[in-house]
Amino acid sequence: MSAIWLAVAGGIIFILGYKYYSKFIAEKIYRLDPNYTTPAHQYKDGVDFVPTNKFVLWGHHFTSVAGAAPIVGPAIAVYWGWLPALLWVLLGTVFAAGVHDFGTLVLSVRNKGQSVGTLANKLIGQRAKVLFLFIILLLVLMVNAVFAWVIANLFISFPASVISVFIQIPLAIWIGYIVYKRKKSMLLPSLVALAVMYAAAIIASYVPALQIDLVSYFGGDNAAPILGLDATAMAFFVWIIILMVYVYIASTLPVWKLLQPRDYINSHQLIVGLGLLYLGLLFTNPEITAPVNNSSADTSWFPLLFITIACGAISGFHGLVSSGTSSKQLDKETDARFVGYLGAVGEGALALIAIIAVITFFPSTAEFSATYSGFTAANGEGLGVFIQGAAALASGLGIPASVASTIVSVIVVSFAATTLDSSVRLMRYIIAELGTEYNVTPLTKTHVATTTAVLSSAALTLIPQGPNGFGSGGYLLWPLFGTSNQLLAGISLLLIAIWLKRQGRNYWPAVIPMAFLMFMTLYAMFLQVMTQWAPWAGQSDWLLFIFGAIIFVFALWIMFTAASALMNSNKDRISKSA
Amino acid sequence: MADRKFSLKRLFQFYDEVLSLPHKNEIARELRDEDDLFLLLVYSDMLGIPNPAFYYTLELYPFIIERFHDWHLRMGMEKSPLDGIRCC
Repeated sequence: MSAIWLAVAGGIIFILGYKYYSKFIAEKIYRLDPNYTTPAHQYKDGVDFVPTNKFVLWGHHFTSVAGAAPIVGPAIAVYWGWLPALLWVLLGTVFAAGVHDFGTLVLSVRNKGQSVGTLANKLIGQRAKVLFLFIILLLVLMVNAVFAWVIANLFISFPASVISVFIQIPLAIWIGYIVYKRKKSMLLPSLVALAVMYAAAIIASYVPALQIDLVSYFGGDNAAPILGLDATAMAFFVWIIILMVYVYIASTLPVWKLLQPRDYINSHQLIVGLGLLYLGLLFTNPEITAPVNNSSADTSWFPLLFITIACGAISGFHGLVSSGTSSKQLDKETDARFVGYLGAVGEGALALIAIIAVITFFPSTAEFSATYSGFTAANGEGLGVFIQGAAALASGLGIPASVASTIVSVIVVSFAATTLDSSVRLMRYIIAELGTEYNVTPLTKTHVATTTAVLSSAALTLIPQGPNGFGSGGYLLWPLFGTSNQLLAGISLLLIAIWLKRQGRNYWPAVIPMAFLMFMTLYAMFLQVMTQWAPWAGQSDWLLFIFGAIIFVFALWIMFTAASALMNSNKDRISKSA
Repeated sequence: MADRKFSLKRLFQFYDEVLSLPHKNEIARELRDEDDLFLLLVYSDMLGIPNPAFYYTLELYPFIIERFHDWHLRMGMEKSPLDGIRCC
């Protein structure tokens, strides 16, 4: 079957979801009011609170939430066949992510543009706020470890991409300088930067001397171990150290100097990436070679699928963006449907093309099954297969496969690096906030908080041991990342449900996805912790066992909080705004 | 209807607006922080911090008095901290 049909079917479901389900939610559940004075107007200050055109705001919202995560999850989850992954992405986007992203936006708009953390405090109580901070802390810790591993892994697998990624740093600083000091537009310099990066990628694809291949520097695969590490493990170790030093500097610089100009270049890359993949799909018209479902899987899809694909189906991180920035810039309350719901749909479209790239890459089902031989193999190989699959789609536009794979890996690494920057920064803020909460003054200092964040992330990246020894175990953290992300989404849906209940409205559209998500997350974590990572289980791992157990306890705690908060009909805390 | 006509220039303008939204906010915030510091310098003498250039900064009062109210709100003071300026 041609993969175009999947894209068409996905597109139709997304359109129907937006046209009918989001309309129902907007009119009957959230009851959007075009005359409501949004925080952007009420607190208009030209800085944080700025009424913004809905198309512009949607574009910004989408580029903020889209990253490497909706690519990695689906690339792993197609192990169970394309149908389960596809259904979860489509239905999750329409019934869970859309309601969640849209709902957090409306909830925040109805509460002075406050973030979900503050709203947790307001709607549930102080304990919920601290719980919320810990969940976000765990989430960003997982994000740091997983994405550091992803970047190091891609640098080792696609050494031609290294130079472009490092060229991006001085270019971004240059753009930041031009825009901030000279008050120029970012468009032209960022396009120049993009052209320079891709030119470097093309040249590096053909000139081996420009490929920073640390594995061969350390003597290749057959070299004698250095300090007990073989060449690949040593390369991995060096990349992680370089990344951590970089991220320390990047996350302590003012955002306009590096992070934002890089975001800007990456937004171009998102458009280029989506364009390359969807146009490539149209031109190559590839056949699906992956099985519909994998009947001989060594690990059941139920319930692991729901934590393997987090972003792309539903993601708690979106709630942070919705309530953190987008809610302060919404011009009219009725725009929330367009910005929030379609933001989730955009992410779903990215996950959809990631699935298509992987399931069309292999010439035959046998080869797919050989690479995706087990769940562990799928975790380790998924992202690499996506890059090659995406390169195969892009080659339909006349781009040589080697150049295309370099460019796609540059795009994925850039997304991952920006995520890493922001999440280390976020982790620093949370550590400082927890320091204030518990009166540990040293933790409130920038460099102490950043050092704590960077060292704990580096340790978490380096400690897990995969089947290929040191440095190959970072993907083991992926389910933990998915779990903490789903938990965050669960809490946000819970907040929406409590708010709806206190307004006397139908809260089931928020409660059903929340209950589903919480059940799947709890069940999946329970299975992983008790049957895989526990000291008595097959793949015993203390680190993962402890983290898994902590997350499991948090999830249980949230379930109880959810139940009691929903039962509690204390009207005192009702926001009077609606 | 003329302004609704599609043109490449408008498309680029729209695209630029989408991508520069967070940067505009951040730059506005940085500039506002600089302005806030400047206001503190200007009003420092009245707030009890000796300012050798008080005579000169006094001349700036008429120009910045309108921004004083927003400034003291941002600095966490609900009411005007200065007796001489009763903005609220």
